[in-house]
Amino acid sequence: MSTESQHRTRHTRISIFIIASFLCIGSLLTFARVEAAGPPTAQVNTTGLAVTDTTVTVGDLHSATGTMAISEIGSIQAELLAIDQINAAGGILGRKIEVIKEDGASDWPNFAEKARKLLVKDKVAAVFGCWTSASRKAVLPVFEKENGLLYYPTFYEGLEQSKNVIYTGQEATQQIIAGLDWVTKTKGAKTFFLIGSDYIWPRTSNKIARKHIENVLHGKVVGEEYYPLGTTNFRSLINKAKLAKPDVIYSIVVGGSNVSWFKQLKAADITGDKWTLLTISTTEDEVKGIGGESVLNFYSAMKYFQTLKNPNNEKFVAAFKAKYGADSVIGDVTQAAYLGPWLWKAAVEKAGSFDVDKVVAASPGIELSSAPEGYVKVHANHHLWSKLRIGRWRRRCCCEIYRYHRRRSVNHG
Amino acid sequence: MPKKLLSHWITAKNRSDLINLALLALLLLVVLPLALDIFRLNLVGKYLTFAFVAVGLVLCWGYGGILSLGQGIFFGLGGYCMAMFLKLEASDPVSTAIQSTPGIPDFMDWNQIKALPWFWEPFHSFSFTLIAVLILPTLFAYLIGVAMFKRRVGGVYFAIITQAIALILTVLIVGQQGLTGGINGITDLKTLLGWDIRTNSARYILYYINAALLLGGIVFSRWLLSSKLGLLLVALRDKEERVRFSGYDVANLKIFTFCVAALFSAVGGAMFTLQVGFMSPSFVGIVPSIEMVIFTAVGGRLSLIGAVYGALLVNFGKSYFSETFADLWLYLMGALFIGVVLFLPNGLAGLFREPRQTWLLIKHTALMLVAKLRPARLRPEGK
Amino acid sequence: MAETSTLFTTLLMQGFAGMSLFSVLLLMALGLAIIFGQMGVINMAHGEFMTIGAYTTYIMSTFAEAHGFINQYFILALIAAFAIAFAAGYLLEYLLIRRLYKRPLDTLLATWGVSLVMQQAFREIFGAREVSPALPEWLTGSYQPAPGIDLPVSGLMVLVLMLVVTFGVWLMMYRSRWGIRVRATTQNRVIADAVGINTKRVDRITFALGCGLAGIAGAAFTTIASTGPTTGSLFIVDTFLVVVFGGAASLFGTIASAFTIAQAQSGLEFLMTGSMAKVITLVSVVLILMMRPEGLFSVKVRK
Repeated sequence: MSTESQHRTRHTRISIFIIASFLCIGSLLTFARVEAAGPPTAQVNTTGLAVTDTTVTVGDLHSATGTMAISEIGSIQAELLAIDQINAAGGILGRKIEVIKEDGASDWPNFAEKARKLLVKDKVAAVFGCWTSASRKAVLPVFEKENGLLYYPTFYEGLEQSKNVIYTGQEATQQIIAGLDWVTKTKGAKTFFLIGSDYIWPRTSNKIARKHIENVLHGKVVGEEYYPLGTTNFRSLINKAKLAKPDVIYSIVVGGSNVSWFKQLKAADITGDKWTLLTISTTEDEVKGIGGESVLNFYSAMKYFQTLKNPNNEKFVAAFKAKYGADSVIGDVTQAAYLGPWLWKAAVEKAGSFDVDKVVAASPGIELSSAPEGYVKVHANHHLWSKLRIGRWRRRCCCEIYRYHRRRSVNHG
Repeated sequence: MPKKLLSHWITAKNRSDLINLALLALLLLVVLPLALDIFRLNLVGKYLTFAFVAVGLVLCWGYGGILSLGQGIFFGLGGYCMAMFLKLEASDPVSTAIQSTPGIPDFMDWNQIKALPWFWEPFHSFSFTLIAVLILPTLFAYLIGVAMFKRRVGGVYFAIITQAIALILTVLIVGQQGLTGGINGITDLKTLLGWDIRTNSARYILYYINAALLLGGIVFSRWLLSSKLGLLLVALRDKEERVRFSGYDVANLKIFTFCVAALFSAVGGAMFTLQVGFMSPSFVGIVPSIEMVIFTAVGGRLSLIGAVYGALLVNFGKSYFSETFADLWLYLMGALFIGVVLFLPNGLAGLFREPRQTWLLIKHTALMLVAKLRPARLRPEGK
Repeated sequence: MAETSTLFTTLLMQGFAGMSLFSVLLLMALGLAIIFGQMGVINMAHGEFMTIGAYTTYIMSTFAEAHGFINQYFILALIAAFAIAFAAGYLLEYLLIRRLYKRPLDTLLATWGVSLVMQQAFREIFGAREVSPALPEWLTGSYQPAPGIDLPVSGLMVLVLMLVVTFGVWLMMYRSRWGIRVRATTQNRVIADAVGINTKRVDRITFALGCGLAGIAGAAFTTIASTGPTTGSLFIVDTFLVVVFGGAASLFGTIASAFTIAQAQSGLEFLMTGSMAKVITLVSVVLILMMRPEGLFSVKVRK
């Protein structure tokens, strides 16, 4: 009896010891993990950014309201998805990303005000945001003055390079030249009709296009037209195009006007079977509003399409749809916005610091082989190396992807 | 002159006005600069530039009965004049050396314009710019005013036509981007005569200049209203025919008031450019023009000082709610419009304008409540 | 010979483009002409009533797609768009407008507030993205009476709809007892009251009818363009200009002014860029209004 009880006591004692030692080792391990997880804040943040031992704060600055909300909501969603995924995988330098969302409300001065707030008051380590060129131009002086870091997702007119901005979309020459080459080669196009919404991106893009068509492709521009943003009546323009009989209609119509533009083309019997139309402004987002019938067999030149076949993209599309609903669509800019947080993460980890200067210095040469569009690399001019793809629209909002054309990013300083 | 003004006020038994003005001055010149950091103070400065427009609207809408839905035109013109000067200063040949044509604004270079357009040339001169800020919008207002008021266009028609002009100007600015910067506006303004306007000290100084100008504008308007002109304006708003039959030239009176309001807006626009560092067509269009009317309506269309509070409050609300509940803001803004028009035709100032009356009203309401009569019937009546 | 025939077809097509724009402008302006012209109320939320009609069509189309009557739904959608916009207008008049008849400028501000609220409500219900109703196949294509001439079916449909609606409005305003009451109320409210017309009721129905017409315009418009929360606000100034340019209280004036503005803009668009065409059209309208403040065709009324 007594031996038994002694035995039991000893048994208990041993098990307590074992448990205790486990706990001890466990806590040691945990402690060690915390230590290993992130370098001390003083080391990774020497410029007073909003970085604590466990968190780092970033800003998200898009229009959630106003006319641009249509386009920008996709970008917000993609950025938040990327940040969620980064956090789920342990964050950056052991710190979870916290987001301060600001609404630019489709009003450029408001963007500047909010950007100042994010940089001066919130001291965010990076900002993901802006969509229109106008909003970027409005915040640019703020970012340069306060030395912030902006990841800008939209394809845009180029002619810009700022130390404080990483451009994750394509600039105009990347998007235009390869597309024009393609349409000349495969369709034998000689005459072009250029159409755009009336602001800087379409105008600059068409200027680049015209130069390339006339000087390199030895083609002819038979018309160049601009309509105010929000125009819903394109019938006169369509008549003009019909009269000019171009081989290619080159369209840079943006926003809500897209719907009227394509519906009226279809109504005027300009369809993909009889005409070649190449656009650099119509993505899955717009097509959802236009309806597949009206864009059937027209072409888009983009670096990304939702139907791109590669494992990265399949994962990305599945995650996006899981988070935002099965009927959500992903356009070019949405994907480019998704790259922002990942590129920032890679640069921060390479720099070993959140300091803007160090992250900027580390950025050129960053490669991302997990990008949904395939592979991207940050060039020294803060733009991405990426491929251009031509997609042909089909009835159900998806694209047949035609061909890959590799171009390095070019910048007209 | 100020002494005369002061005595005029006191003899006119308008002491409460004086007190209110002093309170506003105290708030703008002492309390806010002490209470807010420079970021928020700069925002207040921006709001105060809208207050210029609101004060102008008190004159022409509240007293003159001329509702202009195009004050953005003048705000924009003033702002653009200033922005053109600052942009030229920022685009000296050295800092624009990488352009294909150095020495012209960057957006012109992007649009492949080779030489500075003629109407930009005079804006190299600061004195010309100052004159242009004051004269150009006023002149434009004069032309509109002559065309409309001489033909006795008023009321609703005037409102709609000013709105159309605001629309035209926006489309024009956006369409001529090589000359105007297009939808981006004129951005990246840095220095004023070599003085960096983006530093904190510059922001403080500009804020004070702005506040002082605004207070000066209010004093000037107050003087205008207490003169014979003010009386005529009120008479005009209430019974235009009688004023006309009494032998006054109603049209000239209206044109003058409209010009003064335009001048105020232009000064506001120029101060906006200086404090915010850029100007864009989004201040010229219909929406901002109508919002500016709302600042006035909220503050009280008959109260110069109320208009300032209206501009401050609505914009504070906008900033605050868009930071916290962005979606709620438009509902609130809409409700504010409807509510003020329905229940407070004289705005917030209607509540405070006559302290005695307000007090009587409160006393009355309280008594009525106690007597369990129908308290809903009691509302501050505008007139 | 080929040259002349191309020129001819282009001219024809250009004329048709102008007619389509005219139909749209007139459909939008009719409701406003009634509200503003007859009642003197400035309804800045008029565009949002159009949007109601457009969204109604969108809802009907998704419903029709699910239940397989996509080819027939459009007529139903028109009726529903009218009914819903009419009801909303009735409600708005009851809640707000009737309190402001004596202050026309204030209705402008209050209804602007209403339009803000409605836009945000649309945004929350339907999302910020633009939507576009699925159209029956017969509405999307074009009709070719001769080679080289493509008349968009949707354009023809809007044209026919415009004719029907305009005729309906004319019947109601000038050939019905109700129309007599409305015009009597406009011309002299006190006397109208005295002879036993229920002017309050007339006001309410008139306002609601104007809004209902906006609903029809929205339903028609969504077949050629898209619908978003702020779609309506894009047209409000143009629509007001049409009404003012035509002379407020005149149905014929509104028709003539919509025709002039549409053909001018459409023609100018053919000759120069869209932006400049818009500027020149608006400037001419404003200049003419400055010279002739009462509009093109107005009933002379001493104020």
